[in-house]
Amino acid sequence: MARINVTVDGVGYSDDVEPRTLLVQYLRDTVGKTGTVVGCDTSNCGACTVHLDGRSVKSCSVLAVQADGHEVTTIEGLADGDTLHPMQQAYHDNHALQCGYCTPGMIMQSIDLLNDNPSPSEQEVRDGLEGNLCRCTGYQNIVKAVLAAAQGGAS
Amino acid sequence: MTVTEERPTVEIGAPRKRKEDARLLTGRTRWTDNITLQGMLHIAMVRSPVAHGTITSISTDAAKAAPGVVAVLTAADLGDAQGGLPNAWQVAPDQKAPNHPSMAIDHVAFAGEVVAMVVARSSAEARDGAELVDVDYDYLPPALDLRDCAADKVLAHPDLGTNVSAHYEWHSADHGTGGDVEAAIAEARANGIVIEREYRQQRLIPAFMEPRSIVADPTGEQWTIWTSTQVPHFVRIFMALVTGIPESKLRVIAPDVGGGFGGKLQFTPEEVLTVLAAKHTGKPCKYTESRSESLMAAHHGRDQWQKLTLAANSDGIVTGLKVELLADMGAYLGLVSSAIPLLGAYMFNAIYKFGSYKFACTNVFTNKAWTDAYRGAGRPEATFAIERLMDELAAEVGVDPMEIRQKNWITHDEFPFRTVAGLDYDTGNYEAATDKAKQAFGYDELRTEQKRRRDAGDPVQLGIGISTYTEMCGLAPSRWLGSQGYIAGGWEHASIRMLPTGKVEVVTGTSPHGQGHETAWSQIVADRLGVAFEDVEVLHGDTQVAARGLDTYGSRSLSVGAMAVVAAADKVIEKAKPSAAHLLEADVGDIEWSGSQLRVKGTEEGKSLGEIAFAVLQSHNMPDGVEHSIDADATFDADTFSFPHGTHLCAVEVDTETGNVAIRKYVSVDDIGKVVNPLIVDGQVHGGIAQGVAQALFEEGVYDDSGTLVTGSFVDYLVPSAADLPTFDIDRTETPATTNALGVKGVGEAGTIASTPAVVNAIVDAVRHLGINDIAMPCSPQRVWSAIQSAGGAS
Repeated sequence: MARINVTVDGVGYSDDVEPRTLLVQYLRDTVGKTGTVVGCDTSNCGACTVHLDGRSVKSCSVLAVQADGHEVTTIEGLADGDTLHPMQQAYHDNHALQCGYCTPGMIMQSIDLLNDNPSPSEQEVRDGLEGNLCRCTGYQNIVKAVLAAAQGGAS
Repeated sequence: MTVTEERPTVEIGAPRKRKEDARLLTGRTRWTDNITLQGMLHIAMVRSPVAHGTITSISTDAAKAAPGVVAVLTAADLGDAQGGLPNAWQVAPDQKAPNHPSMAIDHVAFAGEVVAMVVARSSAEARDGAELVDVDYDYLPPALDLRDCAADKVLAHPDLGTNVSAHYEWHSADHGTGGDVEAAIAEARANGIVIEREYRQQRLIPAFMEPRSIVADPTGEQWTIWTSTQVPHFVRIFMALVTGIPESKLRVIAPDVGGGFGGKLQFTPEEVLTVLAAKHTGKPCKYTESRSESLMAAHHGRDQWQKLTLAANSDGIVTGLKVELLADMGAYLGLVSSAIPLLGAYMFNAIYKFGSYKFACTNVFTNKAWTDAYRGAGRPEATFAIERLMDELAAEVGVDPMEIRQKNWITHDEFPFRTVAGLDYDTGNYEAATDKAKQAFGYDELRTEQKRRRDAGDPVQLGIGISTYTEMCGLAPSRWLGSQGYIAGGWEHASIRMLPTGKVEVVTGTSPHGQGHETAWSQIVADRLGVAFEDVEVLHGDTQVAARGLDTYGSRSLSVGAMAVVAAADKVIEKAKPSAAHLLEADVGDIEWSGSQLRVKGTEEGKSLGEIAFAVLQSHNMPDGVEHSIDADATFDADTFSFPHGTHLCAVEVDTETGNVAIRKYVSVDDIGKVVNPLIVDGQVHGGIAQGVAQALFEEGVYDDSGTLVTGSFVDYLVPSAADLPTFDIDRTETPATTNALGVKGVGEAGTIASTPAVVNAIVDAVRHLGINDIAMPCSPQRVWSAIQSAGGAS
């Protein structure tokens, strides 16, 4: 077991973890952040995407011990009380989710995308979301939501 | 026939943002894998890596000794308790099926079949334990090639003696809906045109984003089972039948479910095994599959060989169509595996007036994962075949593919129309949808550009693909299902509970997993009962709450499920009338519904349903015989199907030097009748088109010669990303259905049914001048390039 200190959604946690524990397992099973989900086992789908020190990572591809001393933001840490993050609001306004399983990862990646490129073209949005799979929406409204959020100055 | 009622529709038709989103956007979700109970144990499955073999020994000692492991169970431990999994559809009286144990007993029939399970205190310990289970197999030759298997060259189940599960036929000459197809073909051979083709519907994997997960809790007096399913009501019934647990002791909950697409229309081995593990240990047990397990062992879709013979006169008027299918069932029959081709049997004639039609299908076992419903289920296969054939016929006649369709389709003034396959289409307007699509697409301009680039020998050729599809939706009228050999009905149930605070609970027997029923049903009820959209709460997916229902699949939820909701709403109003009359001191006969109140005729004096619900709660001063509730239950069973249709147009650019295909423009005009929520409908169309495009260009479940699934992860099974797809330009025409009170038809499968042939027709159209008339799906750059090379190269 290894002791790690991690800040998740603004709250500090100190836990013993098996060295092989993935960050996503730590978030779900130890911290209880079940908003972050697992969709594959090959880091293709991006459903588990969170922010590590403000940059998006696929939390199935990071060991919990690698997050020691770092700050993690999940989908559950985005809204300010009842006020949705502008990207969450854009997803809602543009019907950018159906079953919602990919949504947490997709939103975290979308925010990262705009952090890198606040005014992307449609193609840049599509390329920027390439590592996140959605089976329901055909991506059309996801792309629309990200472009709308960019217009609204969300990042 | 029902006449669509004219009612004020404030909510119906409004682009309401979804109620479901709030929890999904913020991570306050209840996926089955999120459920954790005190003392809960975790299951890891040991799966056969062998496609076909006999189990000679299983050693579990090391696993049993591993840290945290509570139990290791094999088929020998389960004994007769595991029973056999059901198939619910008998398509032929002599249909054959092997016993389908949840855990292989001594014979394994596909790679991925469960051979043992390890139950441990943590998921990691269960998986570690599973690694220590040692299984020896004697290899048997795997039955893999569908055509070889149909000829019984290798047997998937030697005990069965044949791979053929069933053979069934339907001929218009036998049903009085058309002539003799052989006569039509003979006549066409002599004096007309005969088109003969064989198309491959490749194996697809539904690949819902949420892997399947089950939690079974045996504590207390009643079992509670959470499962990521489309069909909680089916699971409850079949779990009772298979395990012997009384149905009344089973509560099945489908909490938030992350997509299904038919892939979660199943009663699964994993569901049974999780219950058996919980029974064995007396503790709640959870099983959550990995993605690799999901791709390997959750049911697949499609996988057919289609042999087609189309007869036409020299003008291109179709006189007959003969369809001969081989359908790969995989290793076992799932719930409705055998009937997937049957659901397409009545759709090969599509929107056309054919003189004769014959359908024949042979269902065949192989040593692969079993196939069952996948979005469209039989209808995409049929639509692909006929829409490809219409293009081939156009090429033979030498006319534009749109013209050949116009020559053969049912015109808008010919409805209602009985088709050669015996279905009664109530309404449709193929001309209107096509005109709108052509205009948005710039059809004539693109044809001009195509000719210019072809004449110039452009290495990147333009192709235009058409798909003028229809489908049968709203599965399905109970009597029809009975006539086709299905074990259950196709009705739907709803309850409406009027709460004394003015809120309304709507309980639906449908079980959504992304479709937005909570929003759409709220809109319908808001209009029907004159209440606020926000005041309606929609409950579903829990057999204790929604005790009756037949769940969600086959584009049935709106056209069947919501009709039960409408019927329940109308009953509430009727039921409230005596109380309203009493409160308003009037005769019941003088009470009428205003749209928001029960009023005394000719006056403004009235009571809302909320006020009546409160008065009924008090019941201080109600006349004798009045029930102390204005809640109502209702069911709806359709008389017939609904028939959405539309025109999809696709322009592709094919690089003849590399084989790369790029979709340049995609236009769809769908006619799904009345629209309840355009936002939701647009989303269904986008996602549907994407899945059909994926079949055309990207996806295929591939097995190697040993029967190992090569596409066992998302590295190899190519679910398209945002970067792989274009923006779809979608629009609608609206020809209301005349078969239900709302005039709706259904939209869940339309895009997937329509889009695959549109894309492939476009690709073939781009290279037809090179002597190519078919490219097998998925049309990867390699396949397109190879086809061009085989035809003699790019110029």
